[in-house]
Amino acid sequence: MRSRAALGLTAAAAEGRLMLQRCTECRTWQYPPRDACVECLSTDMPWQDLPPTGELLAETTVQTSPRLYYRERIPWRMGTVQMNEGPVILAHIHEDVSVRAPIRLAAHLDRSGQGVLVAMPRDPTPHEEDTALMRELTADPKHRRILLTDARAPNAPAIAKALLDAGAAIVFAGEAETWRPYPTRAPMQEIGVDLMPLDVTDTQSVQTLAGEIGGKTDILINNAKFVRAGGVLTRGDVGFARDEMDVNYFGLMRLAQAFGPGMCARATDGVNSAVAWVNLLHIGALANTPDYGVFAASQSAAYSLSQSLRAEFRSAGLRVMNVFSGPPEEDWFQTLPPPKILPESLAGDILKGLQAGVEDVWSGDIAKDVRERFRRDPKVLERELTFGGDGP
Amino acid sequence: MSSLSELVSGLASGDVRVVDLTHTLDPDFPVIILPPEFGQCARFRMEEISAYDHRGPAWKWHNISLSEHTGTHFDAPSHWVSGRDLPSNSVDAISAQDFVGPVVVINCVAQSDADEDYEMSVQDITEWEKKHGAIPPRAWVLMRTDWSKRSGAAYLNMREDGPHSPGPSPDAIRFLIEERNIRGFGTETVGTDAGQGSHALPPYPAHYYLHGSGRYGLQCLSGLDQLPATGAILIAAPLKIKDGTGSPLRVLALVEDA
Repeated sequence: MRSRAALGLTAAAAEGRLMLQRCTECRTWQYPPRDACVECLSTDMPWQDLPPTGELLAETTVQTSPRLYYRERIPWRMGTVQMNEGPVILAHIHEDVSVRAPIRLAAHLDRSGQGVLVAMPRDPTPHEEDTALMRELTADPKHRRILLTDARAPNAPAIAKALLDAGAAIVFAGEAETWRPYPTRAPMQEIGVDLMPLDVTDTQSVQTLAGEIGGKTDILINNAKFVRAGGVLTRGDVGFARDEMDVNYFGLMRLAQAFGPGMCARATDGVNSAVAWVNLLHIGALANTPDYGVFAASQSAAYSLSQSLRAEFRSAGLRVMNVFSGPPEEDWFQTLPPPKILPESLAGDILKGLQAGVEDVWSGDIAKDVRERFRRDPKVLERELTFGGDGP
Repeated sequence: MSSLSELVSGLASGDVRVVDLTHTLDPDFPVIILPPEFGQCARFRMEEISAYDHRGPAWKWHNISLSEHTGTHFDAPSHWVSGRDLPSNSVDAISAQDFVGPVVVINCVAQSDADEDYEMSVQDITEWEKKHGAIPPRAWVLMRTDWSKRSGAAYLNMREDGPHSPGPSPDAIRFLIEERNIRGFGTETVGTDAGQGSHALPPYPAHYYLHGSGRYGLQCLSGLDQLPATGAILIAAPLKIKDGTGSPLRVLALVEDA
């Protein structure tokens, strides 16, 4: 069990950031994480981004381990890294790095969700992402088979194309209600997506598709979404709210119950294992605003469920990646002012997140802004977002 | 012999056949699609409560959810604004006597094959009557198009400008109500109106006139090709839903082979 302080490294790695504590008094970087400064005993040591450059000082190769995970993967290289900023750090070593070579230190999550540090070649080497170590630490779509749950969603073609361009072996996309034509069908077929019957509101349909391709789904990206505008009073009934919960919350749950066990079972299945579960969430999941208040509640529910799912998948080594974004450039968000998220930028951020193996992706300025303000003070953010109305 | 005991022996001998005119309630069966800003008809859904397992070792059952207007279904007068103030206009209030009655079938297959927006005309009705006699009073009139044999996207037949499927012309519906005093009108398509019925005046004329005069609708029927043009009896009893504007139901016809 790592200490509470040590979890800061994991929290940063969950976003793909390399961070260490740094003493406010004496400016000393702290490694490993601790509760008081190693130089001056100050306890004021906020987490800060560490410039990633350094060089490999020494290395060793682990030949045995009491831990089953490492036993299956030995020999395993470890080494000490001298960072340009000062600290000397114990890290995993990428196979293209040799002693005294310049390195770039990267933070990743290992298969158990713990933050770990990896000494990467300073300048990227060809196919550096394809080594066994990096396949363990990332969720790269390259060579993997991916299920996108809603072919009908406006963002589906852009996401599918980004994945295929990044080397995905197959992209399946779920198609609900084939009796109802939709505009993204032709582009999906043109780029070579395999359309499969799937309606996330229909338990039987989800189970049937899991029976068919559940054993070869390496990454599942849930882009199914039902959205209408409005808060509690403008809606006037619970009709669309039910649809939102059925697609956005129960849909996630049905998918997880049908696909989760099979993906967990395949999470250590070689270099092309089942590796990630991706939820696309509206930033309203963190802080609600009444213009899309009822929809945002369904996003909060899905977000909460994703945290349970992440913990449930962790022992198997299957990652849950949440991608938060602001209003997309879609019909149902037409009335909102820019900036809007374009499907291509969302797709790019999903791809980068998978390639880095992170848990949380903040796509676009609005999501990043809300994240920062949420971390500073959720209550202040609530008042800011709802204009702090003075009431009667 | 009483007429009921005659019926019983007819059923026993097979001289009277029971024909099922109902589609299976299936989660993937199409429902009517309205413009997305309006409320939408729920699809049929089914969740297991238990299946001889830890949730109930010796029994299997499901919770189902659906709209009053999902699958093969009955429309009561209260379904439409024109029938909102009529007495006994909801499924629970309609007299049970109305659920069993004569049925005639007007074959519009050739016309619908040639024109997917075909509107059954008054002339189609009068031509039919020349061959089969006058439509009996308080009869169900079913428009046969063999549309029920379509599946997938061809069923709703949606295009940019909405669905394309056959139905009655406004004049034909008024003729059936005013001149023939029908009980109700039924189709094989997703509604009693043609797919493009929203562009008619009044919009959705079959719904407007039928329900405005206290008549009923049946839609998503199948198996109309097994019915005679006239002489059969239709049994169409909706669920007794309080203030219900319609109901999924099993539609049966009694057919006597000549």
